[in-house]
Amino acid sequence: MKRTVQESGVSHQRRAVIERDAVQALIDALGAEGYAVIGPRRRDGAIVYDPLTDAADLPWGWIDEQEGGRYRLHRDDRGAAFGHVVGPQSWKKYLYPPRQTLWTGRREGGGFTVETPQGPPPRYAFLGVRGCELAAIAVQDRVFGVVRHDGRSVGQQQYTDSGYAARRAAAFIVAVNCGRAAGTCFCDSIGTGPQAGPGYDLCLTELIGDGRHEFLVEAGSDRGAVLLDRLPARHAEGADLEAAAAVTEAARAGMGRRMEPDVAGLLARNLEHPRWDEVAGRCLSCANCTMVCPTCFCTTVEDTTDLTGDHVERWRRWDSCFTVDFSYIHGGSIRQGGASRYRQWMTHKLSSWYEQFGTSGCTGCGRCITWCPVGIDITEEARAIRASEGGASDGAD
Amino acid sequence: MDGVFLNPDPAAVDPMVPRPFRIERRLREVDGCFTLHLKAVDGRPLPYKPGQFNMLYVFGVGEVAISISGDCRDLNTLVHTVREVGTVTRAMAKLKPGDCIGVRGPFGNPWPVEEAYGNDILFVTGTIGLAPLRPLVYEVLNRRDRFGKVVLCYGSRGTHDILYEPLLHQWRGRFDMQVHVTVHSAHAGYRGRVGSVANLVKIARFDPEQTTAYVCRSETMTRPAVQALHDRGVTSDRIYVTLERNMKCGVGFCGHCQMGGSFMCKDGPVYRYADIERIFTVREL
Repeated sequence: MKRTVQESGVSHQRRAVIERDAVQALIDALGAEGYAVIGPRRRDGAIVYDPLTDAADLPWGWIDEQEGGRYRLHRDDRGAAFGHVVGPQSWKKYLYPPRQTLWTGRREGGGFTVETPQGPPPRYAFLGVRGCELAAIAVQDRVFGVVRHDGRSVGQQQYTDSGYAARRAAAFIVAVNCGRAAGTCFCDSIGTGPQAGPGYDLCLTELIGDGRHEFLVEAGSDRGAVLLDRLPARHAEGADLEAAAAVTEAARAGMGRRMEPDVAGLLARNLEHPRWDEVAGRCLSCANCTMVCPTCFCTTVEDTTDLTGDHVERWRRWDSCFTVDFSYIHGGSIRQGGASRYRQWMTHKLSSWYEQFGTSGCTGCGRCITWCPVGIDITEEARAIRASEGGASDGAD
Repeated sequence: MDGVFLNPDPAAVDPMVPRPFRIERRLREVDGCFTLHLKAVDGRPLPYKPGQFNMLYVFGVGEVAISISGDCRDLNTLVHTVREVGTVTRAMAKLKPGDCIGVRGPFGNPWPVEEAYGNDILFVTGTIGLAPLRPLVYEVLNRRDRFGKVVLCYGSRGTHDILYEPLLHQWRGRFDMQVHVTVHSAHAGYRGRVGSVANLVKIARFDPEQTTAYVCRSETMTRPAVQALHDRGVTSDRIYVTLERNMKCGVGFCGHCQMGGSFMCKDGPVYRYADIERIFTVREL
């Protein structure tokens, strides 16, 4: 997928170092290219992804403290723009919006006509996409049929979500390598971070210390290289690369949690397990984990009419497998109990996702742990099931 | 991002957008059931295979997944038999010839037919389960010389709710087909067969070692049907079943119809029983 600039015949620099103040130049350059720049901002006590026009909007000097069921922002002397990790939102908010109009209809004569929303897709530039989030976008590319996958596919047909595909193709991605990990992070054990990539157009590493505040910028695509060429930058020295490596190493070292290895098989053979009832005793079925998860994709539809009954709209909105309604068919819901609903979510994310899309549905971002009101920890649940197996069968796989 | 990027074809039909179809005929079936004969307003037919389903949309009300019940060789008429059970199907029941409904589809994995060439064919179904199975029965009879014996086992609650009764009589009149009908309960003096469909499987004449069985029943009733087939010696790899889940999209995006790793809308609703045997017995999966 990744081509070097030399191969493509473009002689732009692939790496450079920009000053702290050049972030504004980056935002301006993206804006000049026609992108709506979306990036992290501090709002309502959290870091959220909102439109940005000014580099000053970035949460300079704010970091997040995260634990199971806990999220707090604190001031930090280093003054980093990307010192925080990930907040409650993910980029799926933009690539797969929480509410979308699928089509509108009008009664006409004895029948009706249907129209789909027209017009070019929004062109987003995402600023500050972390390794786990880049991986999550790659996962959703498979879910929505933008990328074909080589994993075992039982599906007979391949469909593409045209809206997602259009927004995704138009998006410019500026990734950021994490310099610290939150208490709920476990990307290292999944293999999606803290080093971001592949899949970005540009990747930033924030270099702070010894009186400097700079960013190493690496281009991952031709258009990224073209953009980088327009920024006021200096050549990246070996020392800069070493400093950048140290940044991601620090994040790796501070990783708060880790996921069990081979968890897909572990869950597949433990569909019946007392732990599901145990976790159901704590789970509120609130659906927070599915809303904050950057790969959860379930939706439902809503049909609305105006007062005349002649104009209708069909909406699609995010849904969650934690509701009883989710599995309702005539006669009742399939997943009546909290245990079966938690099992559905966790085994789907970590196990059956492989059967469907040839990849894990978990990228180790830790949001489901942080934003669970009772602090249920997906890594701990996996560990508990592993431990029970160890006792029963010496952990033999 | 190690995969291959696909370029969506802008001219391709959006699978999420319904096409208007006009109701040509409306037939009353047994109590609470009706059949619609539909024709595309734009004149483009909707080719499908037996076992596939459509998402049917009632204007301003909503959408439901309904199996196709007609003869797939008749491209001019799309046939759906529907039971009134919810908001959408009750609204659909009130529609008249000339009215329009929206159709998206066809979706789903069809019943395999060629795989059964040379085998005896056993259909096991009950009540409205005959509706999704009818296209397959038509297709098997269309290629009748490809198969050995053809046996249909059908059960209903009572003598008043035998779906497609005239058609069952017609099939029973054929010399190359066995049709067994049972009812769950009947009025005193009824001389027909009373009991379960599983009992019909016990008495039907077929060669268990060279039989392909197609079971189209509710999930609860699929279990005893499969058990009866196992008892006769039909193995799981030659038993096909259909399953049912809530569906919103039909194309594997909404997530509602998952069972384990499969999306019932595109990997089902028809499954080879051997492929799902392991997870079929897990409660609330």
